[in-house]
Amino acid sequence: MSDAPIASGASAGVVEIGRPRPASEVAMRLRANSEYVVIPVLALAIASGLFALFLLAVGKSPIDFVAYVWRGGFGTAFSLQNTLQRSAPLILTALAVAIPARIGLIMIGGEGALVLGGFAAAALAIPMIGRAPPLVALGLMSAAAIAVGALWVGLAGFLRYARGVNETISSLLLTYIGIAIMNFFVEGPMRDLSNPNKPSTKPIGDAYMVGKIPGTEVHWGFAVGLGLCVALYFLMARTTFGFAARVTGGNYRAALAQGLPVGRIIVACSAIAGGCAGLAGFFEVVAIQGRANASLAAGYGFTGILVSFLARHNPLVIPPVAILFGGIVASGGLIQRRMDLPDATVLVLQGFIFVVLLTSETLYGRFAIFRPAGERDRR
Amino acid sequence: MNAAFDTVLIAMLGGAIRVSTPFLFVALGECLTEKSGRVNLGLEGTLVLGAMVAYAFSYQTGSPWLGVLAAGVAGSALGAMHGSICGLPRVNDVAVGIAMMLFGVGLAFFFGKPYIQPSAPRLASIPLGFWASGANVKSALEVNPLFFVGVLIALAMGWSLRNTRWGLIVRAVGDSAPAARAMGISVNGVRLLTTTVGGFLAGVGGAFLSLSYPGSWNQGLSSGQGLMAVALVIFARWNPLRCVLAALLFGAAGALGPSLQAIGVTEGYYFFNAAPYILTLGIMIATSSAKHSVRDMPGELAMAR
Repeated sequence: MSDAPIASGASAGVVEIGRPRPASEVAMRLRANSEYVVIPVLALAIASGLFALFLLAVGKSPIDFVAYVWRGGFGTAFSLQNTLQRSAPLILTALAVAIPARIGLIMIGGEGALVLGGFAAAALAIPMIGRAPPLVALGLMSAAAIAVGALWVGLAGFLRYARGVNETISSLLLTYIGIAIMNFFVEGPMRDLSNPNKPSTKPIGDAYMVGKIPGTEVHWGFAVGLGLCVALYFLMARTTFGFAARVTGGNYRAALAQGLPVGRIIVACSAIAGGCAGLAGFFEVVAIQGRANASLAAGYGFTGILVSFLARHNPLVIPPVAILFGGIVASGGLIQRRMDLPDATVLVLQGFIFVVLLTSETLYGRFAIFRPAGERDRR
Repeated sequence: MNAAFDTVLIAMLGGAIRVSTPFLFVALGECLTEKSGRVNLGLEGTLVLGAMVAYAFSYQTGSPWLGVLAAGVAGSALGAMHGSICGLPRVNDVAVGIAMMLFGVGLAFFFGKPYIQPSAPRLASIPLGFWASGANVKSALEVNPLFFVGVLIALAMGWSLRNTRWGLIVRAVGDSAPAARAMGISVNGVRLLTTTVGGFLAGVGGAFLSLSYPGSWNQGLSSGQGLMAVALVIFARWNPLRCVLAALLFGAAGALGPSLQAIGVTEGYYFFNAAPYILTLGIMIATSSAKHSVRDMPGELAMAR
């Protein structure tokens, strides 16, 4: 099945080495790179137009829709903070797609790693309640969440390398298995019987809950997500490891011929991805839910796939895209109530954007305006 | 103990046939698509949309078979969309499949909301167990006609892929696009057609879910059957007849949880429900290899690796 590496903007940097630098280098780069901004924005606009037609077809007003997304997601201080809070898991699950994409793998196991990471954090917290000081407990819980997530997606990476198992299918299968494992414990051995409404683990208690970033209503997961985006950008763009990973993604055989530890690179990138998603689960439990239950599988892992593709798998672009979608997700409730639309409306919008975005891949390299004179024959 | 064992065995046999039908249709659709050298991972979305459309049409018109047809048409529409998008240069078919999966599921949930409550007329089953005395055997052998339709399609597809001009064209496109192009065949046209027909079959598989077993429409109706069916095609080595056997095996695995529940074993219900996923993963690990491509794999799929 197709493993063609997803075109990465950063890989252009590899080619640049050693070429004489003309005076207008910066302008030319700007011109060439603006293609990677213009085309996704164009795709977003076309998808929004199609979605507007869809709304008109079912007898709803697209203008109302935009107004409610603005009001529910961005318009007030409260809604904006809610949006930032929801974008935290999206940032982390988008990273879980973006890092493997750099080595040419399409991993979509973020949802499973998120659920198991959150569950691991809660499961570890319950026996520690009242015994371990919060900082120690939170350290251990986050480590457990990262480790479990890393194991889960890392497994898909390992199977890809060792057995040639298609990582897209295996990572999604692992998601279903991960959700089943959590459901098994939450509805069985670890169920909190004092809570008859919804099968959940026992609450982890207020002492182990993570607070808000001072002066805001946004939990620390958002800040951690931003930090990880920067850190992982540097890891992939500026380190030897990142270079080796990009070579592996660009040309697998060349990487093998160079003697790069391809297997370790694939497993490491997958594990980093899973760790990010696991961390998203950790923050969902310690900052929002307070316990592990089926609410963890809220679809953040799937929206994260779209966020990463729209950001062209660039960690630095992920946060703004995640905030955009965090706002759309956050306004879902308002849209549902005020416009009498099903909660799946947001899914339909995401579907439109995703399909148009991938279709727009065909436009790259088609517009001469992005090719400085003399470079038009390259590529 | 022995009686309980028999109950489980009979329930699993009946369950295997019931549960396997959607697997069979999706797998046949994907098999045809992959034979032409393209992968459609979006059949999970097609399956869910097919289930919703079939239920809605059956409810509105009172005829479940019209529902089946409508599900097929909706599935073809999604298939045609996938096929035409992937015909453009530089577009990744696996990624488009993921997008189509989200799109199909989103549309199904959006339009399916009003149909969660009402009950639509369902497809009648053929009571093949009329000769038996036990109620268990009787209910196990209530086989839906769609299962036989699926088996017939498998036979027809297997035969025509091998023996007809059309089959040759599909295989040529799937084994070597440049060679097919040199023969004057429109590669994208053939792939668009196979993806559309594949989508039709997956939509019909969805109709079985909502109109026969489990036989209602809700948002948790399919959780990964469409995806497992795609993996199943690899296991069946791109042979429609082996798809039937593989679907039955998956059906038996899927029937394990409910069968054990029938005799009162509820312990580990979620783990038994996870059995098909674990089986799929196990089979993928066993049949794949890092060193060489899988036996009988269409050449175009192997080259993309």
